[in-house]
Amino acid sequence: MDRLAELAPAEQKAPGRWQIATVKEIRRETPRVKSFRLELPAWMPHLPGQHYDVRLTAEDGYRAQRSYSVASSPLDVGEIELTIDRLADGEVSPYFHDVLVEGDQVEVRGPFASYFVWRGESPVLLVGGGSGVVPLMAMLRHRRRTMPDLPMRLVYSVRNAEDVIYADELAEDATLTFTRTPPEGWDGHTGRIDEELVCEAAREAAVVFLCGSNGFVESAARLAQTGGCEPVQIRTERFGPSG
Amino acid sequence: MAFVSRGFGGKRRVPDELEGRVPPGQYVEPGFPVLTAGTTPDVPVSEWSFQVDGMVAEARAWNWEEFAELEFEDVPCDIHCVTSWSKLGTSFRGVSVDALLEAAEPLEPYAMARSFGGYTTNLAIEDLTDGKAWVVTEHEGEPLPREHGGPARLLVPHLYFWKSAKWIAGLRVMDHDEPGFWEANGYHNRGDPWKEERYWTD
Repeated sequence: MDRLAELAPAEQKAPGRWQIATVKEIRRETPRVKSFRLELPAWMPHLPGQHYDVRLTAEDGYRAQRSYSVASSPLDVGEIELTIDRLADGEVSPYFHDVLVEGDQVEVRGPFASYFVWRGESPVLLVGGGSGVVPLMAMLRHRRRTMPDLPMRLVYSVRNAEDVIYADELAEDATLTFTRTPPEGWDGHTGRIDEELVCEAAREAAVVFLCGSNGFVESAARLAQTGGCEPVQIRTERFGPSG
Repeated sequence: MAFVSRGFGGKRRVPDELEGRVPPGQYVEPGFPVLTAGTTPDVPVSEWSFQVDGMVAEARAWNWEEFAELEFEDVPCDIHCVTSWSKLGTSFRGVSVDALLEAAEPLEPYAMARSFGGYTTNLAIEDLTDGKAWVVTEHEGEPLPREHGGPARLLVPHLYFWKSAKWIAGLRVMDHDEPGFWEANGYHNRGDPWKEERYWTD
């Protein structure tokens, strides 16, 4: 009943004001996804899992604003990395993909929200679907740099071979499954996340972070509970429409 | 000079006829996205009840059948999520919080809404009265889906939608204000979309 209330809120500093960041590096992750490394003049450390708001302003003052999870570790002082899925009918993500180049400026503000954050608990199970892997990658990267021996596993579900974000960073601590077309010669998991992928890892986990579409998070939450997790151990972030 | 995003024209501008209905920083979303912190509670109507307690003249509770006997009204409204989508021209059906509070008589000016599953959100009594808040059981003519808070959720459309607690279980009247779940986790204490009260420092 009181599972959310049992999660003590973080000591959280007031987030920053709007600031003008500079695009330092743009990296293509997949045909639809790019990562943007931004330099912030008034950077402050985030908790892995937190997000920034991004605001675009047209010449006539019209503005569009969206929230994007930080993908980088807070050890990257002065910088954040946002990994953005290009939504065809979106407004902000196509701007990032099609217009922004290195050296451009973009207004950002954060870091925000202290619920879907990793504060060093272990063992940890991360389950991500599609671009839902982004806030989980901040946790995985931070753990690799601070406590590499701490047990943290990532289960990552993507559709096709070319959809794997951070492909060159996925190591033994990550298990991939392809729901449609795996790479040629793939002998790992295929199909949607299932008991084999989630339940056993959930049994050992002190805390589980689930991120993806609502449907993905719902099925991952059911599997984690089948594996013995109590709702209080399960934190979720559901990607709404964004763009 | 104000900052301008190089090469940004704006693709989702609000059409003229909707001028005045979309708060600053919001865009129009035709769907109804599901955003829930944590797992989705399963609350059968046989276990559902709504309570008004705390600093009231008389604590009150209604089970599902008793609640169904109350006077329901249609609530056409626009809703605004802090994640920046707004859904315009939607409708709910439920019981006015005015009627629920009148039955219990609040003695103090603050309330904490609490939900099955443990979610909480704080509201001033002023934001719950005078036809501004409802406990709703239907959305657009259908029973409220579980993922949207069914069997019943709070509806406070003039504030960001995290204040409209899903799986509502009751309101506790208090003599002081206290942050609820999102309010303790970085979001604004009141959440007026027209003032863009998104986060603590807004």
